[in-house]
Amino acid sequence: MTAGDAATARGARSPIQAWDVFTNILTVVLAFMFGFPLFWAVSSALKLPIELNVIPPLWFPPAPRWSNFLEVNEVLPFFRFMGNTAVITVASTVGGVLTASLVAYGFSHFRFRGRQAIFILMLSTMMLPMEVTLIPTYLIFNELRMVDTFWPLFLPDWFGGGPFAIFLFRQFFLSIPRDLSDAAKIDGCHVMRFFRSILVPLSVPVMITLSILFFQGSWNELMRPLIYLTSMTNYTVSVGLMFLRTQILANVAQRGEPTEHLLMAGSVISMMPSLILFFILQRYFIRGVIMSGIKG
Amino acid sequence: MLARYRSRGRVGRIEEFWGFLLISPWVLGFLLFTAGPMLVSLYFSFTEYAFPLKPAWVGLANYVKAFAKDDLFGLSLWNTLYYVGVAVPLGICLSLILALLLDRKIPGRAVWRTIYYLPSIVPVVSATFLFLYIFQPDYGLINGWLWKLFEVEGPGWFNSRTWVKPTFILLALWSAGGPTMIILLAGLQNVPGEMYDAAKVDGAGRGRRFRHITLPLLSPTLFFVLITGLIAAFKIFGAVYVSTQGGPFYGSYFYVLHLFTQAFSHWQLGYASTLAWLLFIIVLVFTLIQFKFSGGWVHYEGETDNRAS
Repeated sequence: MTAGDAATARGARSPIQAWDVFTNILTVVLAFMFGFPLFWAVSSALKLPIELNVIPPLWFPPAPRWSNFLEVNEVLPFFRFMGNTAVITVASTVGGVLTASLVAYGFSHFRFRGRQAIFILMLSTMMLPMEVTLIPTYLIFNELRMVDTFWPLFLPDWFGGGPFAIFLFRQFFLSIPRDLSDAAKIDGCHVMRFFRSILVPLSVPVMITLSILFFQGSWNELMRPLIYLTSMTNYTVSVGLMFLRTQILANVAQRGEPTEHLLMAGSVISMMPSLILFFILQRYFIRGVIMSGIKG
Repeated sequence: MLARYRSRGRVGRIEEFWGFLLISPWVLGFLLFTAGPMLVSLYFSFTEYAFPLKPAWVGLANYVKAFAKDDLFGLSLWNTLYYVGVAVPLGICLSLILALLLDRKIPGRAVWRTIYYLPSIVPVVSATFLFLYIFQPDYGLINGWLWKLFEVEGPGWFNSRTWVKPTFILLALWSAGGPTMIILLAGLQNVPGEMYDAAKVDGAGRGRRFRHITLPLLSPTLFFVLITGLIAAFKIFGAVYVSTQGGPFYGSYFYVLHLFTQAFSHWQLGYASTLAWLLFIIVLVFTLIQFKFSGGWVHYEGETDNRAS
């Protein structure tokens, strides 16, 4: 400690301060680069067309036009898209969390033949790109006459919710002593009561974390809604936003004025639920990311 | 093993029954939505299948087509390798810088962390439209600033064949930097502070402390974000599909876009399945190569017990 202080005193003080100044400036500059586009989206969403692409840029529109958000809904049924996405998201989150916790309960508190092998097989499916199963899965749902319904978008999540969710629950359940459950193994009533009254209440933080991951996956998904939803009344926000742009681009020629305010308004609407959820449950978002890093 | 189950008797059998019952949703889902479709798509990859006609066996013809006849296969693979090769290392460097900046005693740490993380929760379509606007060549903010600050005429970004890939890389850096930073930050905080103190006493400078303490101890985390980043980057699709659709002049025509077009625009499900299996194999080979070389630079502390967590 004293040696370090001595080194600083021997004239190394100014370079260390210069380094601190440099890193602090870097922190702020990078924060600007990460944060500014979001500010610009909100600012643009509240502008009049004539305020959009002026030089110099207008940072704060003098009279914010909140009606832009309603105008978006006149171009396309945007609020309906929000509702659709909410239904799909809730269905996939509930199904994923529920079935993942049950499967993980089986893997963590019950001994059966081949448990280890099955578990490793399950983990290995994490490596599979979804693109490999995309086409046959589409054909299955096509056979079931479920194309252009919400079913293909959440039903697969009701089968265990994916390897990562099961893994996370299992890791957590393993920390809860088995002997608590051993006595309860005689009949089914006890098996499920142990799950309901002990495991579920204890794993609320894990459940919130996973719910957020499911929510984000579902809300942001583009490829599968694009494939499965064919009529506009069924679109999700992401697909709807994409069509909003085409629609607006088609209108630009007629109107002859910029329309980015509407596109930004639509974008802001579609990111709002995630942002609100993030500010309420920030801790769990961060935890989810860290947990996904731990699985390696 | 078997003896133990037999000796457990009735209770053991009940336990086994419940175990199987509880994992049955996953087993069913695995057969229905993973194993089944995988085998079926492997079969399709050897067929000519112009949906809704029936698939017809053509042997290796689709694989030959990909490598010998389909120019767009090679082009899309090259575009994707370019994108992966630049976006992944650059992204890790950026996230590492962010993590190191936050791994200091600075006021408002949580605020900075939130700002860096926020772009990652923006849905990919919104993020892409935001970039389309900011990087608009004629009246976008970026080119406006380039002109004002440096009197430089900005490039065409999304509208330029040479600049479109770098622009998508910038988009990826912006939207994926945060989560990777969080993972690296968690890794950094596991590095014991005493090691730095000891190194300082020995007179090791900032650069040497970083090279000889931080990097080796962080290497398992770096390896993890490298592998997951690689796999994710190979599958870039959404951002391209809603903006350039692969243009201009196929400058952003990435692999999964080719696959998607073959499958759901041309309905060539046989050839699209071939492309899907080739993607799987390519990603697998890349991952295995990384694992092969990981021994040279990834150091697991204690090698045996600490890697579990």
